[in-house]
Amino acid sequence: MSARVKRNGRGNRSARVVPLRRGPEGLQKAPSGIQGLDEITDGGLPRGRPTLVCGGPGCGKTLFALEFLVRGATAHGEPGVFVSFEESEPEIATNVASLGFDVRRLQAEKKLSVDWVRVERSEIEDTGEYDLEGLFVRLDHAVKSVGAKRVALDTIESLFSALPNPLVLRSELRRLFRWLKDRGLTAVITGERGEETLTRQGLEEYVSDCVIFLDHRVTEQVSTRRLRVVKYRGSTHGTNEYPFLIDEEGISVLPITSIGLDHRASRERITTGIERLDEMLGGKGYYRGSTVLVSGTAGTGKTSVAASLARSTCENGERCLYYAFEESAAQLTRNMRSIGVDLERQLKRGTLRLVAVRPNSQGVEMHLLSIHKAVKAFDPSIVILDPITNLTANGTTLDARLMLTRLIDLLKSRGVTALFTSLTTGTTDLEETDVAVSSLIDTWLLLEIVRSGGERNRALTIIKSRGMEHSNQSAEYRLSRRGLEILDTYLGPSGVLTGSARLAREAEDRAGALLREENAARQRALRETRRKAFERRLETLRAEFEVEDAEIERAIREDAERGEVVASDRLRMAKSRQAFSGRDARKDGIR
Amino acid sequence: MRAARKRAAAEWELRLYIAGETPKSLAAFANLKKICEENLQGRYRIEVIDLLKNPQLARGDQILAIPTLVRKLPTPVKKIIGDLSNEERVLVGLDLRAVARRAS
Repeated sequence: MSARVKRNGRGNRSARVVPLRRGPEGLQKAPSGIQGLDEITDGGLPRGRPTLVCGGPGCGKTLFALEFLVRGATAHGEPGVFVSFEESEPEIATNVASLGFDVRRLQAEKKLSVDWVRVERSEIEDTGEYDLEGLFVRLDHAVKSVGAKRVALDTIESLFSALPNPLVLRSELRRLFRWLKDRGLTAVITGERGEETLTRQGLEEYVSDCVIFLDHRVTEQVSTRRLRVVKYRGSTHGTNEYPFLIDEEGISVLPITSIGLDHRASRERITTGIERLDEMLGGKGYYRGSTVLVSGTAGTGKTSVAASLARSTCENGERCLYYAFEESAAQLTRNMRSIGVDLERQLKRGTLRLVAVRPNSQGVEMHLLSIHKAVKAFDPSIVILDPITNLTANGTTLDARLMLTRLIDLLKSRGVTALFTSLTTGTTDLEETDVAVSSLIDTWLLLEIVRSGGERNRALTIIKSRGMEHSNQSAEYRLSRRGLEILDTYLGPSGVLTGSARLAREAEDRAGALLREENAARQRALRETRRKAFERRLETLRAEFEVEDAEIERAIREDAERGEVVASDRLRMAKSRQAFSGRDARKDGIR
Repeated sequence: MRAARKRAAAEWELRLYIAGETPKSLAAFANLKKICEENLQGRYRIEVIDLLKNPQLARGDQILAIPTLVRKLPTPVKKIIGDLSNEERVLVGLDLRAVARRAS
C-alpha cells in the first residue's frame, strides 16, 4: 500500500471528476469511495471494467455495490445505474436510508437510476430461441438517462434460476460484460458464493479483472466481516483479509498494519497527571505519541493512573477518548471522583469522550474499526483503553495482539498518545501481560501489591520507558481523596519498606535521633558544669594566693621597720652617752 | 411490422416485445400470427413493441428476454419467451389448449 493514495470521497465537489489514477501498466482506476478500500486497491476499482464482488448471504454485497454508486455519484461526479435482480426499488431505498444514502434524492437529481429486473420462473415459458436483448435495452436506456459512468448488477446470478436455458444465459452474460467494457462502464457485479467456486454460477469466469471476496464469519458467537481482494489484474493490491464494518456511514474497510515502521517520534512530553510520576519519568512525563501500558493485579489503581492522565490532558484543553470496557460511564466518573479526579466536568466540556462498551459486544476487529472511526472523528490527543485484558475474551490472544498492533500503528501515525491498562492475574508472571504486547509498549508502569506485616501496600515501578531517564525506584503510593499520591521512599538496611513497616521504621529513627540529641545536650551541660567548677576553684586559689602575698608583703615591711627602730634606738643611746662610736653602732644596727 | 388489429374490443390482447427487426423477431411474429389465426380467429389483438424505439416500455412488463410475448388479456397476465417456434409450448404458455380443443 502506498502512502500517496489519499482518502477519496470526502468533501469533493460532486461536479468535478477526480483525476484518474494510473497503475503501473497504465490501468486507470475509479475510486470506489468506500472508506479504506481505495488504499487496499491502490486507487480504486479498475475503470471501465467489471469487478466481481462475491460472498455468502448477508455479507454486504448489495451494500457494497450501492455504496460504490452512491459515492461515485455524490463524491466523484460519476452517475450510476443500479440494476437489482432481487430487491425492489422501494426496498432498496428503505434498506439503505439508515446508512445515510438518499437513493430517492439521487434518482430525482438524475445521478442514480435504479432498475428492478424481476423474473419469475413460473411465468416464463420457453418457446424457442431467444436472447436477453431486453436487459441490454433497459440497461442502455438507464445508462443514457443519467449519463452513467458506473453500473452495478445485483445479483445477476438469480437469472440462472429464472431462465430455463443456462447456455443462452452464459453466452448472453459474456456478451453483457463485453458490452459494459465497450462502453467504458466501471461495473460492480455481485455474486453468491458457491460450494467450491467463488460464485455459484462461476461468474469469475467472465469477470476476471478484479475479484473482491466478502466474508461474514462467526467465531465464538462473535461475527466479523472481512474483505479480501482475490485478484486484481494489472495492479498491486493488499492481499490480506481486511476487517470491515457496516454502520451508519456505510462500509469502512480498515487497511491496517502498515508494513513500514515510519512514525514520526515526538520529543514533546506530556504530564502524567501525577506530579511525582512525572519526576520518576525523567521529570517530564510520557512522550507525546508514545504507548503506555499500566499493568497490575486487581485493585492496584490502574484506572486511577489512566483517569489522572485523562484529566490532566483535558485540563490542558486537549481531547481524550476513553474506552471503558468494564465500567459504565457513570460508575467510572463516580469512582474517580472519590479519588479527587473530576471527569464529569471534562465530559460536559466535551474534551473527554467516554465510551463504555462490553468487549464481547463485537469482535476485536470491529472494536478496532470503531476506535479507528472514533479517533478520526473526535481527533483526540490521548486514547485510553481500560483494560485491554478483556479483549482476549472474545478472540484469541493472537487476534487481540494483532488488533493492538494495528491500533498502536494507527495511533502512532497520528501522533496520538495511547494508554492501555492490563489486568494481571495472580497466576501469571507480573511482568507479563495476557495479551503479550509488552514489546510494543514504550513506557510500562507496573502496579503491584506488596504484602508484608499483615497489610497490602501498593508500589509502582517503571519497568521500562524508552528514550528517557527514569527512576529505578519502586515507589509506594496511596489512593486518597487527593488522588494518587506517590510517597517518600524509605530505603532501610533491608530494602524498601512500605506501609506501617515504613512508618514504624521512621518512628524508630525519629526516637533514635531524639535520644542522641538528649545525650549530646547532657554532655554539653556536664561540660559546662565542669568548666564552672574549674573556674570557681581557680578563683579560690587566686584569692588564697593574694592573701598570702599580702601577708608576706606585710611581714617584709614589719621586719624592715623593726630594723630601723633598733638602729635609731642605738643612735639615740650613743647620743645620750656622747660616744664616737656612733658609726660602728649604726653598722651593727643595719646588720 | 405493424400491430395487427382485428377488432376494437378483443377478447385476447397480446403484446409482443421485440428489439429491432431481427430474424428471431420476425419469426416470432409470424409464428404468433399463425397460432392466433388457427386458434383465436377474430378474437385477438396483437401489439408489437419495438424496444429499440421505446426502451422505457421494457420496465413496465419486466422484459428481459427478446422476443417476449405477454398475454395481457384474459387475465392473469402470462409471459412466454422465445421465437414461439414450439407451438405446443406456446399453446401451454398462453393457456390456449382448452380453447384449441374446443375449436377443433
